Amino acid sequence: MLLIPCPWCGPRDEAEFHYGGQAHVAYPEDPAALSDEEWARYLFFRDNPKGLFAERWSHTAGCRRWFNAVRDTATNEIHAVYRVGEPRPVIA
Amino acid sequence: MAERRSPAAAFAARFEAASAGGGPRLAEIPFLTQIDLRVDPKSPAAERIGTAIGVPLPLEPGTAVRGGDLTVLWLGPDEWLLLGPDGAAPGLVERLTEAAAGEPVSVVDVSAQRTTLVVAGERARDVLAHGCALDLHPRVFGPGRCAQTTLARAGVVLVAGEDGFRMLVRSSFAAYVAEWLLDASLEYVTPPAGEAAPA
Repeated sequence: MLLIPCPWCGPRDEAEFHYGGQAHVAYPEDPAALSDEEWARYLFFRDNPKGLFAERWSHTAGCRRWFNAVRDTATNEIHAVYRVGEPRPVIA
Repeated sequence: MAERRSPAAAFAARFEAASAGGGPRLAEIPFLTQIDLRVDPKSPAAERIGTAIGVPLPLEPGTAVRGGDLTVLWLGPDEWLLLGPDGAAPGLVERLTEAAAGEPVSVVDVSAQRTTLVVAGERARDVLAHGCALDLHPRVFGPGRCAQTTLARAGVVLVAGEDGFRMLVRSSFAAYVAEWLLDASLEYVTPPAGEAAPA
């Protein structure tokens, strides 16, 4: 089980969290102007890196806040957690 | 007036028997007032609310403060749960709404949502550790701390006290959690003389 450090509550079991997919996917500025393909890309196309990945998590069984985490998809190590609205931290 | 029945009322006798047998002290405190409060902690309304209830809203995650017969639990960065005695809800809601003075503040009486179970005594931590992954050692989770977490996969709000824990459990989960607590305390309970130990 992963131990995920909630930026509010501290380290908690993975079972208390809900996964929210890739972080920093910006909503299109003018959705009506998009072609079907561009809209589909916004809705369904996500990065799938082997390595560092910024993703959203929600602490559903705790403070119920959404936050972002940078997780290494190969090792499951969580390198950083940060609050919604903060920029993705640079990890050396 | 309709008859009120607390969600774990049926467990009173079994709680008492387990407590008497050397297990943790188990009990239900029914009908506590619970008010859910959401307000921007930096707003003047938050300050006025602090003055109105006589204790400032705790800003550190996972902390609880007491003021008179009220306990204020931190539930989130802009959310608190006010615990008070039975019957305090209408007056409290009125005071909070008055202190909000038209600012965007949410005050909801959620007293019926959860009931309060007490797990106290020296075995309290051991029993909870059967189903709760949090570090409950007093060094980390002593009096003045609270946490929303899961106990045996049921969502609970744990509040640490001097002698044990108060645990807020959803009404519909109360019977399940009560059964689970009784089962988890079984190994610490000495059966009355003449009775065989439970298998």
